[in-house]
Amino acid sequence: MLRIKNLKCFYGRIMAVKGVSLSVKKSQIITLIGANGSGKSTLLESICGLLPDWKGEITFEGVSLKGFDPPAVVKQGISLVPEGRLVFPPISVLDNLKLGAYTMYRKRQHAAVNQTLEKILDLFPILKQRAKQPAGTLSGGEQQMLAIGRGLMSHPKLLLLDEPSMGLAPLIVEKIFQILETLRNDGITILLVEQNAQAALQIADFGYVFETGNVVLQGPASELLEDQEVKRAYLGKDYGEFYDDKY
Amino acid sequence: MNNHQTRNRICYTVFLLIILLVGYFLENLYYIQVLTFIGINTLLALALNMLMGYAGQISLGHAAFYGIGAYGTAILTVHYGFSPWLALPAAILSAMIVAYIVGIPTLKLSGYYLGMGTLGFGMIVNILFREWSSVTGGASGFIGIPALELGPISFASGRNYFFLVWGFVLIGFIACQRIIDSRIGRALRAIHDGENAAAAVGVDTRQLKLQIFVLSAAISALAGFLYAHLVYFISPGSFSFIASIRMVTMVVIGGMASIWGALLGASLLTLLPEWLHAFSEFEMVVYGLILMVVMIFLPRGLTRGLLDIYERTRKKNEH
Repeated sequence: MLRIKNLKCFYGRIMAVKGVSLSVKKSQIITLIGANGSGKSTLLESICGLLPDWKGEITFEGVSLKGFDPPAVVKQGISLVPEGRLVFPPISVLDNLKLGAYTMYRKRQHAAVNQTLEKILDLFPILKQRAKQPAGTLSGGEQQMLAIGRGLMSHPKLLLLDEPSMGLAPLIVEKIFQILETLRNDGITILLVEQNAQAALQIADFGYVFETGNVVLQGPASELLEDQEVKRAYLGKDYGEFYDDKY
Repeated sequence: MNNHQTRNRICYTVFLLIILLVGYFLENLYYIQVLTFIGINTLLALALNMLMGYAGQISLGHAAFYGIGAYGTAILTVHYGFSPWLALPAAILSAMIVAYIVGIPTLKLSGYYLGMGTLGFGMIVNILFREWSSVTGGASGFIGIPALELGPISFASGRNYFFLVWGFVLIGFIACQRIIDSRIGRALRAIHDGENAAAAVGVDTRQLKLQIFVLSAAISALAGFLYAHLVYFISPGSFSFIASIRMVTMVVIGGMASIWGALLGASLLTLLPEWLHAFSEFEMVVYGLILMVVMIFLPRGLTRGLLDIYERTRKKNEH
């Protein structure tokens, strides 16, 4: 569905992603894990057109995304749930969600938009309760749900999530990841960028491990979860613990 | 939503009634004149509020569009013998074209840099008014702008002009309210809160900022047109950097992102100098002091501040 070939991204003269290739298959959760500054978010921004300075190839359902600006990418059926949620604080929850359907404004689309809105409010009942409240008064977890709901409003085929677990309590993270699994089972493809490697790999089908702009490892998520190199680097175990386990 | 709409309708009906009552029953022509100036300033504040309050893009050069509206109609009516009613769309159109051309590069900037960019633009236009004396009359000003007439109705008298200006204000209010309540309005507020996030949901931020900038320029030019035909004489001083700053102050004092804030801010900033004549040489000191006090105690502007006070007293009474 999404195919990236030899992608190089630049911030001025600095190359943040150094020739990454990956592919995302339909109705799967693909996760990109890696430490801070390894280029995960940069990759997402390149896909969305937020960062226009990249070389290589990004194709979505056979269409090259080169030169697309963000609205054009949204129209292709790709939706980003940005890092740090970025809901619009003074605007009500309901209006935040409606903003997600900004690209569908024609009269005949109104009914469909309202239907999606209902569906999303059913998926996140808490948002229904808080529909009239300004988004800034929501808790972190609720804001994350709102951000995901907003991303879903445009009927994406591919949902990009940038660290949805950031700054949230483990219980909330679990809840959000459960919802991601539901979405995948409904046929939405998900590209999940995470630092919380353990949680991400548990729900993902396939994973890529990033390090300083390169993919250093890839494989089915269950294998990565067992991989010692991943354990060392991202699951919080150092060599000492390894050897303790082994010997 | 429907509730909101009916409330707005009531507000505008009351507003219209007040305009009619004041227009017919206020005897003192001096007050009518002051109120007419308030109307013109309200249009300016409304224009800038759409750009600053809603879309979050600061402009320190908006007096340029005000000036283009005023000088546009002056040049077309006096030098070329146009009817003012033909000069009006021409003046507005030229302000829109200038805004479009200037907006493409400057709106790529944000924050302080956008402020600096628009500031520079405002100064260039002002220098143009001052130095291009063969066309604009230069520093000594432009004399002999004709009065407005529409068939048998003459707008030379204060009362008719009052109705004309406030009619435009009412139309401007309703039009802007409709924009704000629409999907475009939501997108504007989204740009205010985070351009990248707005882009990520599919808002074409570049295009939308440009459109609102052009709209804002058009309303400012309308205000300039009304100003020129009210006073018959314009000079570059009225459209200087200070005028731009005064517009920003009206928006901030009145309350950002509020239609009625434009009215309050414009009223206060037009009336204060009139009231403060009593202080003679201390006038400007007191003026500055009042603005400071408003900002310290009502940091979100008069509209929001007064609403807060109202809600607080209502809550107190309930207990």
